[in-house]
Amino acid sequence: MLSPEEWGIVALSLKVGGVAVLATLPIAFGLAWVLARYRFPGRVILDGLVHLPLVLPPVVTGWLLLIAFGPLGPAGRWLESWFGATLMFRWTGAALAAAIMALPLMVRAMRLSIEGIDRRLEGAARTLGASPWHSFWSVSLPLALPGILAALVLGFARSIGEFGATITFVSNIPGETRTLPLAIYSALQVPGGEAMVTRLALLSVLLSLGALILSEWLARRTHGGRQRHGD
Amino acid sequence: MAIDIDVEKRRGDRVIAVRFSAGPGLTALFGPSGAGKTSILAMVAGLLRPDRGHIRIGERTLFGDGIDLPPEVRRVGYVFQDGRLFPHRRVRANLTYGYDLAEPADRWMTLDEATLFLGIDHLLDRWPYTLSGGEAQRVAIGRALLAGPEILLMDEPLSSLDAARRGDIMTVIERIRDELKLPILYVSHDRAEVDRLATRVVEIGE
Repeated sequence: MLSPEEWGIVALSLKVGGVAVLATLPIAFGLAWVLARYRFPGRVILDGLVHLPLVLPPVVTGWLLLIAFGPLGPAGRWLESWFGATLMFRWTGAALAAAIMALPLMVRAMRLSIEGIDRRLEGAARTLGASPWHSFWSVSLPLALPGILAALVLGFARSIGEFGATITFVSNIPGETRTLPLAIYSALQVPGGEAMVTRLALLSVLLSLGALILSEWLARRTHGGRQRHGD
Repeated sequence: MAIDIDVEKRRGDRVIAVRFSAGPGLTALFGPSGAGKTSILAMVAGLLRPDRGHIRIGERTLFGDGIDLPPEVRRVGYVFQDGRLFPHRRVRANLTYGYDLAEPADRWMTLDEATLFLGIDHLLDRWPYTLSGGEAQRVAIGRALLAGPEILLMDEPLSSLDAARRGDIMTVIERIRDELKLPILYVSHDRAEVDRLATRVVEIGE
């Protein structure tokens, strides 16, 4: 089946995608909540910024990351001086690029499910003795859960497919930043690499298809039988 | 327990203003649809902030004189027009939601007593979406009672029910009024309903 090298590529992709999505989740949920619930000056700009990676050429996103997190960039210098860390040419940098590219999709999925929550249920919870915080944990969050899970799956699928921003920001280093799409790209450059391309491409299709089916199933549960009836 | 309400609230180009006191029994807020009756209940519950005035229950001030208690400490039970059960919790978990949050000293009914009183013990493991309108309304009443309220607000609890169920629920409401002796503020636009249930009527007009 797969060679040890190919297994390494798969493992790296899963690690990059997993870390990217889990680290982004709380931020994406916060953004989705704010965009769904609050009207404030600058909301349109925030909304635009969140969606920017969706429409920007990924190369540009990668280049912007390079400027910000490079040795001379503001974020890069800050990380270096406080943590002695750098994201350049590291798998953590690949995870950051993947996270930025996944953010808009995750925010969209969660925002839809937050907007779908009947806010009067939160009022009912308050009259039953729940603080705003308790009402959030016991009513709002569970009702938003299908959207959160769908966001995780979609974000993960997007992350392991990330190419342009990753190769621009952290290059294409075997064992460190060479995820599935980068490995396919590399194998295409090598004479006789077609067999490896076929296997990795097939694997990509399976992973993506699985994620889509899973997220579709989760989204359906939101609108399924558990809805309240009446007016 | 005396209820003393004097509130004013502007909503759009309309001003809702009402002033009344009520003792025990069922006080009906009666008037045409759109007269602001639901807004008055929401102000008593703490879900809507009056522009001015006061709301007192017995010795406790819920609103006014610089006080504006949040809904969760008002001890005001609210039965909504549509039941408004939590769709992600089974009937049992809906019923115990407020009970679990209440101070033990404030509770005056147990889950067993409530299910017996309302005849809903066979529904405990069901999901809200499987309930009929009448069943859902009973569960909603039970959920409100179990939170240990000092007063019950009911917003047209019969409006989504057919004639037979309406009679059933009216009997339940009479028993809350007479057996549990819980003061009730009851919103309705139906004269027959009010004639049967109300101890006194407050007209909410244009």
